[in-house]
Amino acid sequence: MARYAMTIDTRTCMGCTSCVVACKVENQVDTPFFRNCVVQQISGEFPDLRLVNIRENCNMCSEAACVANCPTGASHIEPKWGLVEIDESLCTGCKACIAACPYDARFINRKGYAEKCTFCLPRLKEGLDPACVATCPCQAITVGDLKDPSSKIASLLAMRKYWTLKPEAGTQPNVFYLE
Amino acid sequence: MNPSEVSVIGANPGISPSLHIWGWEIAAYLFLGGLVAGLLVISGLAHRKSERPAESLAWRGPALVPVLLTVGMVSLFLDLEHKLHFYRFYLAFRITSPMSWGAWILLLVYPASILFALAAVGEFGPKLPGDWDLVTELAAAVRRPLAAVNVALGVALGIYTGILLSSLGARPFWNTPLLGPLFLLSGLSGGAALLILLEPSREAQLRLGMLDVKLIGAESATLALILIGLSSGGAAQRAAAQLVLGGSFTAVFWIAIVMMGLALPATIELFHRFKRAQASFYPAALVLLGGFALRMIILLAGQASRWGTLQ
Amino acid sequence: MERRQFLKIAGFSAGALAAGGGAWMLKPRTRLAGKRYQVNSFCEMCFWKCGITARVEDGRVVKLDGLAEHPLSRGRLCPRGNGGTGLLYDPDRLKTPLIRAGKRGSQYFREASWEEALDYVASRMDTIRKTHGPESMALFTHGSGSSFFVNLMKAYGTPNFGAPAYAQCQGPREVGFQLTYGMGVGEPEATDIANSRFLVLIGSHLGENMHNTQVQEFAEAINHGAKVVVVDPRFSTAAGKANWYLPIKPGTDVALLLAWMNVLIQENLYDRQYVEAYGAGFDRLKQITAGDTPEWAAAITEIPAETIRTVAREMAKEKPSVLIHPGRHTTWYGDDTQRSRAIALLNALLGSWGRPGGFYFPSGVDVPPFPLPPYPKPSRARADGSGTTFPLADQALTSGMRDATVSGNPYPIEGWLVYDTNLLQSLPDPRETVKAIQSLELLAVVDVLPADITGYADVVLPECTYLERYDDLYAATFREPFVALRQPVVEPMYNTRPGWWIARQLGRRLGLGAYFPWNNIEDYLDRRLKSVNLSLAQMKKSGVATFASSEPYIQAGHQFDTPSKKIEFYSNTLEKMGVDPVPRYHPHEEPPQGYLRLLYGRLPMHTFGRTTNNPVLASEAAENEVWISETTAAQFSVKPGQKIRLINQDGVRSDPVKAKVTKRIRPDCVFLAHGFGHHAPRLRLTNGRGASDSDLITRYKTDVLMGATGMNVNFVTIEEA
Ligand SMILES: Nc1nc2c(c(=O)[nH]1)N[C@H]1C(S)=C(S)[C@@H](COP(=O)(O)OP(=O)(O)OC[C@H]3O[C@@H](n4cnc5c(=O)[nH]c(N)nc54)[C@H](O)[C@@H]3O)O[C@H]1N2
Ligand SMILES: Nc1nc2c(c(=O)[nH]1)N[C@H]1C(S)=C(S)[C@@H](COP(=O)(O)OP(=O)(O)OC[C@H]3O[C@@H](n4cnc5c(=O)[nH]c(N)nc54)[C@H](O)[C@@H]3O)O[C@H]1N2
Ligand code: SF4
Ligand code: SF4
Ligand code: SF4
Ligand code: SF4
Ligand code: SF4
Ligand SMILES: [Mo]
Repeated sequence: MARYAMTIDTRTCMGCTSCVVACKVENQVDTPFFRNCVVQQISGEFPDLRLVNIRENCNMCSEAACVANCPTGASHIEPKWGLVEIDESLCTGCKACIAACPYDARFINRKGYAEKCTFCLPRLKEGLDPACVATCPCQAITVGDLKDPSSKIASLLAMRKYWTLKPEAGTQPNVFYLE
Repeated sequence: MNPSEVSVIGANPGISPSLHIWGWEIAAYLFLGGLVAGLLVISGLAHRKSERPAESLAWRGPALVPVLLTVGMVSLFLDLEHKLHFYRFYLAFRITSPMSWGAWILLLVYPASILFALAAVGEFGPKLPGDWDLVTELAAAVRRPLAAVNVALGVALGIYTGILLSSLGARPFWNTPLLGPLFLLSGLSGGAALLILLEPSREAQLRLGMLDVKLIGAESATLALILIGLSSGGAAQRAAAQLVLGGSFTAVFWIAIVMMGLALPATIELFHRFKRAQASFYPAALVLLGGFALRMIILLAGQASRWGTLQ
Repeated sequence: MERRQFLKIAGFSAGALAAGGGAWMLKPRTRLAGKRYQVNSFCEMCFWKCGITARVEDGRVVKLDGLAEHPLSRGRLCPRGNGGTGLLYDPDRLKTPLIRAGKRGSQYFREASWEEALDYVASRMDTIRKTHGPESMALFTHGSGSSFFVNLMKAYGTPNFGAPAYAQCQGPREVGFQLTYGMGVGEPEATDIANSRFLVLIGSHLGENMHNTQVQEFAEAINHGAKVVVVDPRFSTAAGKANWYLPIKPGTDVALLLAWMNVLIQENLYDRQYVEAYGAGFDRLKQITAGDTPEWAAAITEIPAETIRTVAREMAKEKPSVLIHPGRHTTWYGDDTQRSRAIALLNALLGSWGRPGGFYFPSGVDVPPFPLPPYPKPSRARADGSGTTFPLADQALTSGMRDATVSGNPYPIEGWLVYDTNLLQSLPDPRETVKAIQSLELLAVVDVLPADITGYADVVLPECTYLERYDDLYAATFREPFVALRQPVVEPMYNTRPGWWIARQLGRRLGLGAYFPWNNIEDYLDRRLKSVNLSLAQMKKSGVATFASSEPYIQAGHQFDTPSKKIEFYSNTLEKMGVDPVPRYHPHEEPPQGYLRLLYGRLPMHTFGRTTNNPVLASEAAENEVWISETTAAQFSVKPGQKIRLINQDGVRSDPVKAKVTKRIRPDCVFLAHGFGHHAPRLRLTNGRGASDSDLITRYKTDVLMGATGMNVNFVTIEEA
């Protein structure tokens, strides 16, 4: 099994939300919902401020709490890509997965099913980059197989310092923020 | 550095910055599930221990169980985003998902408790119109084993309603192993209170009242342990504890749960016992209201609690 | 008039609703999913014109992607470009021609046929031509479809046509650079950001200003480890990337620029060889700026002298790969040409003009125009003051055309044709614009949306969107020159028409058919393309064709197109005009007690006010917020998120708008993203949401050199809403 992961370069990410719009259109995400978002964080005092843009989406956790808590198996690990995916044909809309996700990555769509970032699996299968990765003006996002040492993502993680969101929540997220 | 200013573009309403996915429907379901558990355990044990349990324990309580369970299931059903897909719970059993256990437990509790109700009413209750002889005779034959099964299922149901929430590691307020016991104890206490309301005999009322006082004591201790545990935990747990100890849920927690739901009814019940007075309607009703408030506030506070300082 | 159906604005909503709210995201019917195709074209969600690939499924545009081969997008799009389908499927789009049926601005219209609407406009234009002369007609235009309307105006015989992209945008920068280097920065800006080692952004809020290529290159520069300095009273997104953030007091940039020059010169850090080889008048500059020390500037700019000095030394270390970004929307304080010239001079001292990492010399491709008969020569010169009152202006001044309309001087302007510009939001002091409009004999507006300006129109001509039409070719001067094709991705929806068709129809009705001699637009485009050895058939596939670049960097012996043939450190032209030959700092009026300076700018997901009704983009930001510093908020007792109103020095009140109480702005100013607070009831999603900066910009300072309108000169106070 591959283990697809994502890096986001906080140095170059402008927080422009191009990825958010691209995702919404590509995946026909119901308004008012989004599969990804941009969090702008400010610390310090004017004018010595620090600004970090944190573009968030499903962390494709290795210990996916959403999968563990799903009563039907609708939320599952896609075996080939190592991605957490949702099978709508099994979903009851019980929301256990939403409550279980420390990243608030999910929502219930207008059809009544749980929805979240899929890493654009349909595009990956066609050999395309996810919509957000493809459009990011700053090329701040990389998606690839952690288990493939020759992948761009593996070398980025080898070269750069990185952090993850809420590691203390214990789900072993696979979205890495490059410093 | 801690962020002093956070703005989000693309936040999902009802999810971020705070979660609002479960409301009164789930609180009602958790409450009624607990109540059913309490009724089953207390009356079931009475059936095991005594040849002729008190009226409420003998048949009134057991008879009420399927009704309460139905109302609870309807509440749960109301919350489901995809009601027609209820059946999908039964396409799998998922060991890691308490929601899945719950679905299956409910599937067992329903017929078991109906059978138990029929047996109990058949043996101790008023004569039902129509010809029920065959059913009641059959049930009567298995009433005591049925009682045992219902006790076991009651414990499972009671604990499960707590574990359902405590397994959701994303919400520090829920994420304590004591939530299951707390909900079980609260369910038992609620069950005892409900039985008091159903019980015609003053003697039995007082006995149930004393049982309730003990249960309230145990429940209070568990609640205290949970809060102490949270308060001495990491930052996320401390922040979660603050929700009821010095935050948005503090007033309602202390007034509706601690004072009205636990302290006051226990005091009145003790007082009745001491005075050997007629048990009144009020403490039992307070316990029941407190039990619902407990579910509601834990449900809401849990959704408001989160890991990390981030959105 | 066959249909005397009077429709109030509300009357439109029924039909509009029927078209379906949220229709932009209807799923393609999978049954027919076999019918998929892609079309290459270019974006018009802003004026940058990135290449796009549109994915179409069953006749619906499902997604727009960046066109990989296009030099401006390089496969990537900004949020607005990604949201283009939201415009195409906006249920509030103009759907059919409208003719006014009430007082101007009353928003009463009736639907009309194209025949009737075009006849109406043409007959009024004909009357104006006959009674006042063709010069009394003016065209306000912007965007890719402009050329056909400009052609119409030239054929008609008026010299009065122009875009707000000059007097409300880049004009001062272009003139400031022309004075210095003999050429402007151009568009797309010839800034070599990608190769820059040291990038100074003076108000250029890249990251919020989402001109795609600029932002892409900004990220590249950061990736290469370029140092970044951001000078802005507001801690912008770009400031978040800066090694030095200088929270300058608004309106004092000239002092900072002079001090930087002073340090470079006094400490001998400037590019002496370059200055000697290419410069003229350096000694005068040196002499004039001798007193402009960092200490002097510190008192004015409120930036510590040490910081000014340090940054100057640091930039000198990286010369000539230093880019003091010239900005784009430079119409701030009325002395903007001089400020832009100061930026040009600072770049010259660092030797960055024509150097890697500074400015490159863009390459162009000459695509000859379609052969047309000669245009008539207007008998009167432009009415806007361009080239006369404002001697250095070399393009039309929209504000000048408006002023002439109001005053009737130098001659009356009686008709406005407005194409692709929302004058009520883009010109300062909308009250004055309304006054001008009320005096007109004809206001015809070509738009895709029922924008504010359409509410005042006599006739509204609905154009189809950029995804449904051909436009003229885009022949760009850039690093590598290219020609790009705008072509229809899907058939026009509703009863809408492309701009070229509208212009030609008007031309024919006015007896100017000879100026539109082509059989159809395809022939027109094909003929132009053939002149550069391309063809329409080929371009319909590729969408873009690139050409060989000429030398991008300066070569020994380079001659500048200035009077001295050198970089003019000292401008005799300016001296003769009686203005500072070397930019000097002149203080601007300060906000009175209790008032704050109103600053404005961009949100990354919106383009002015033209995208705020776009359902996709509005889902990210449906309204704007006023940025107020924590201290100022405390003074005015404003709480975060509270609804407030801004009241300007002339007593104009804004609509209620949320307060964003923030650490990210100086206490002496507030900031509002432009483009909200529409007064356009048929823009149902955005009408009345947020506050309009334009409404509050009732004052502006006109640049004496070239007539641009400095708009950062308004002061506001705060009231609870
Ligand atoms: N107060 C204030 N004023 C400003 C600015 C500011 O920041 N604040 N910015 C200034 C700057 S930098 C500029 S460049 C100008 C820009 O000013 P404008 O050129 O007026 O730009 P927009 O505001 O985008 O208005 C464009 C209009 O064209 C319509 N439109 C969109 N697409 C099409 C199309 O395909 N065809 C047709 N026919 N119409 C279309 C839109 O609906 C809208 O009504 O404004 C300037 N004025
Ligand atoms: N997303 C998006 N991007 C756009 C556009 C859009 O509509 N939307 N429009 C495009 C167009 S046509 C243009 S012209 C550009 C405009 O964008 P730019 O040329 O980058 O910026 P301006 O509008 O000139 O300036 C706005 C910035 O200047 C700061 N500022 C205000 N006053 C002062 C001052 O006195 N001194 C200094 N140093 N800074 C000051 C403000 O805080 C703000 O950050 O954006 C382009 N890009
Ligand atoms: S598109 Fe890229 S730069 Fe923009 S917010 Fe997303 S990740 Fe950041
Ligand atoms: S981020 Fe949330 S939804 Fe995504 S895998 Fe982790 S727990 Fe599941
Ligand atoms: S909402 Fe759907 S995916 Fe989520 S836990 Fe329930 S059944 Fe599983
Ligand atoms: S990977 Fe796909 S689904 Fe996930 S955020 Fe990016 S575009 Fe959306
Ligand atoms: S910068 Fe954005 S909106 Fe402008 S043309 Fe490019 S993609 Fe379109
Ligand atoms: Mo502009």
